[in-house]
Amino acid sequence: MQAKALEEANRQLAICNACRYCEGFCASFQAMTRYRSFDDQSIIHMANLCHNCQACYHSCQYTCPHEFDLNIPKALADVRVESWESHVPGTVIAEKVQSNGWIIALLTVIAAILFGLIGNIPWVSDANFYSLISHNSLVAVFTPLFIGPLLVLFMGLYRYWDTVGGEWIGWNDLSVAFKAAGTMKNLDGGMGQGCNYEKSDRYSQTRKWAHHATMYGFLLCFAATSVATIMHYGFGLEAPYPFLSLPKLLGVSGGILLTLGTTKLLYLKMKSDPKLGVSDRRSGEYGFILILWLVSTSGLLLYWLGGTAAAGAMLNIHLASIAAFFVTLPYTKMAHGFFRLAALIREAQLSKA
Amino acid sequence: MPIEIPKIDPNLELIRPGEGSVIYDVIVVGGGNAALCAAIRAAESGAKVLLLERARRSYRGGNSRHTRNFRCMHQVPKGVLTNAYLEDEFFEDLLKVTKGNTDESLARLAIRSSEECYDWMLSQGVYFQESLSGTLSLSRTNAFFLGGGKALVNAYYNRLDDLGVDVRYLATVLDVVVQDRVFDGVLVDIKGEQSYIRAHAVVLASGGFESDKEWLTRAWGDAAKNFLIRGTPYNTGEVLKNLLDKGADQVGDPTQCHAVAIDGRAPEYDGGIVTRVDCVPFSVVLNKNGERFYDEGEDVWPKRYAIWGRLVASQPDQVGYAIIDQKSHSLFMPTVFTATKADSIAELAEQLGLPVKAVEKTIWEFNAACQEGAFHPTELDGLSTKELEPAKTNWARPIDTAPFYGYELRPGVTFTYLGFKVDGDARVSFSNERATNVWAAGEIMAGSILGEGYLAGFGMTIGTVFGRIAGKEAADYASQSA
Ligand SMILES: Cc1cc2nc3c(=O)[nH]c(=O)nc-3n(C[C@H](O)[C@H](O)[C@H](O)COP(=O)(O)OP(=O)(O)OC[C@H]3O[C@@H](n4cnc5c(N)ncnc54)[C@H](O)[C@@H]3O)c2cc1C
Ligand code: SF4
Ligand code: SF4
Repeated sequence: MQAKALEEANRQLAICNACRYCEGFCASFQAMTRYRSFDDQSIIHMANLCHNCQACYHSCQYTCPHEFDLNIPKALADVRVESWESHVPGTVIAEKVQSNGWIIALLTVIAAILFGLIGNIPWVSDANFYSLISHNSLVAVFTPLFIGPLLVLFMGLYRYWDTVGGEWIGWNDLSVAFKAAGTMKNLDGGMGQGCNYEKSDRYSQTRKWAHHATMYGFLLCFAATSVATIMHYGFGLEAPYPFLSLPKLLGVSGGILLTLGTTKLLYLKMKSDPKLGVSDRRSGEYGFILILWLVSTSGLLLYWLGGTAAAGAMLNIHLASIAAFFVTLPYTKMAHGFFRLAALIREAQLSKA
Repeated sequence: MPIEIPKIDPNLELIRPGEGSVIYDVIVVGGGNAALCAAIRAAESGAKVLLLERARRSYRGGNSRHTRNFRCMHQVPKGVLTNAYLEDEFFEDLLKVTKGNTDESLARLAIRSSEECYDWMLSQGVYFQESLSGTLSLSRTNAFFLGGGKALVNAYYNRLDDLGVDVRYLATVLDVVVQDRVFDGVLVDIKGEQSYIRAHAVVLASGGFESDKEWLTRAWGDAAKNFLIRGTPYNTGEVLKNLLDKGADQVGDPTQCHAVAIDGRAPEYDGGIVTRVDCVPFSVVLNKNGERFYDEGEDVWPKRYAIWGRLVASQPDQVGYAIIDQKSHSLFMPTVFTATKADSIAELAEQLGLPVKAVEKTIWEFNAACQEGAFHPTELDGLSTKELEPAKTNWARPIDTAPFYGYELRPGVTFTYLGFKVDGDARVSFSNERATNVWAAGEIMAGSILGEGYLAGFGMTIGTVFGRIAGKEAADYASQSA
């Protein structure tokens, strides 16, 4: 990792540690009180616990123009994003993807063209899903697209675990961490009043709900695909499935949640103050939200258009966006979910002592 | 940085009492806790309110933005407050620190009302948090604001916004026009433009005069030039001075201020809470000649930290140096600036710019006077020096284990005691007769209750209680005269 972000976070955290007024907001500050001074390990840990709720900025008596110039949300965001980029293999690619939203858009277009060619997708409709693209070519394309990036991501997580001094993970650590992640505990401001993301110094619950919709929508879509795979291979039940089937129910509800959630997140990001977020990575963050939005929205439209002339085109877009999402997975903001979970597990271990 | 005080423009002749329309019911002067509580209460009572805050928006909230808690009476465990803290115990605590220099009826009013303030503050959007780590001793008596005083101030400004109160930043009140105890209007400089604004009533809540170094110098002599101001640079006291000159009754000793010893590298203003250095009880404190001058271990730190400002202020060049060794390095709250560190006393003295021989001699004598015994950092352990002048009566352990650490200490002024004398309605008086429509709240009148000393968290209690009273009274008066 580069020293600059760490140094700046260290400078600021030393001031916080003499103050501690923000102790009640989140796990980052509770972790802080365990240290007298900070090393790279502790800073990276606190940075990955931080949810960028921005409460500690608006509550701080030392923000610019004060000479202490505190901006903890930004300082931790810079360390956090750098920590993902530096821990996954392919740091240079990560930096590029994180800072250029158009890369993911370009990949989507390229994938769409490629699918058009290899899948030979006829631009006419047919009632049968697999007459549009064969199931086997789908599997052939998507298995490596899925496994490869996940492997890269997990290598990054493995290294991260070493950096933060992680120990053997127990059930209790997992349950504490999943509970915090599942409820977005660290985005509730400590007393359930919400975060300061889009409304300046007023608290709001909107980001938490938008994130819940996005996260649970994504998980439902993921569950839909998993269930469909099991039905396909385990029971020989092939798509298309009727509406009242598990894959469809999960997929449609997940898709709706994901579309609504990402739409709202996009809106919130536009209203948020760039000065309190990570430096030079806003474009990549937009790119990431947009690709998630495109995955779910094209999926929903595909379902809705089924049987019409536009379905082929929509399928192409849907598959291309999924491909772009997966290839870039370790290199986009998607990393935050995994690193955050790792940080929460580590925090569960550390706070036990 | 000190700020510039606008001067009344003599060419403008803006002040025309009785002329022009009265747009506002209540004008609130100041933008800290007391002013905000007053403005909220006045607006809630239906008054049309104008709040004039001298600071820019990002620095709004005076010293209140630096606070962390308020002291609160309660009969049973209440929210984040444990056990009970009853009126008599609270009042006893106040008597101890003020040595009786208080107005009992006002003090008891503040104490009794503090309980309902807790719920009122919650209803205004303030959140509380458990006692901060390292402050467990306060968990029964003091309710900590989640995010500290600036979060509280933000909540109140948002409330004003919801209530439709007009707030002006960079608005310095230069003259409060009162004739025959009747307030008419204020002359205010808003972003460089001066105007005269009239109202039916006024609440004065512009804090003390601790940021006016000239005033401090008149009270303290040249020593004041080396003082650091812990809070806002905006509390220069011109409103206080303006009305005292016009015959408002005063309380509190003009030569006194509350000062603690803080890190000598702190900014001149607004360093706030982080500049404190809590190592004194485990240290020896030297002056610039390398001599000790006071018992560093007289009592536990929360009971003694407030005398060290004064002690350091009376040393040459108003500076002190706290020296500890490796044994004590982790016994106190982390400091904002890292300590000067060296492997020998001589080296440390040199780095701190102290006379090496004198420091070595003092430390040697101190070490020789230390006795065997059990050391307990969190309680009075009686581990005292023998035959040393001045003695160190607790936690006296030899300074002998490298590395050695040193902190430069300077007096940091928290607030001043001089203020308006008010009654139980927070009404200001002139020659012992109540003004018709002038109220005061917060530090600007706290001297009535805190004649000397300080009780942690009581400043915010006084501001909240009397701010609310003043706002309500002013609004009620305005509604009758409108
Ligand atoms: C570092 C520090 C920590 C503290 N911690 C605590 C604590 O934890 N608990 C506690 O109870 N007390 C604490 N205190 C004391 C506490 O800050 C004061 O008692 C309290 O803030 C006083 O409130 P106030 O509204 O009267 O004054 P302030 O909050 O100081 O507000 C005065 C306001 O008046 C404005 N003003 C000044 N002159 C003019 C003018 N001419 N025209 C217009 N506006 C003007 C200022 O800009 C400011 O907004 C602390 C003080 C300091 C310095
Ligand atoms: S962000 Fe500011 S108010 Fe919060 S703990 Fe740090 S220094 Fe204190
Ligand atoms: S931005 Fe929010 S989550 Fe991050 S450290 Fe500050 S208070 Fe905690």
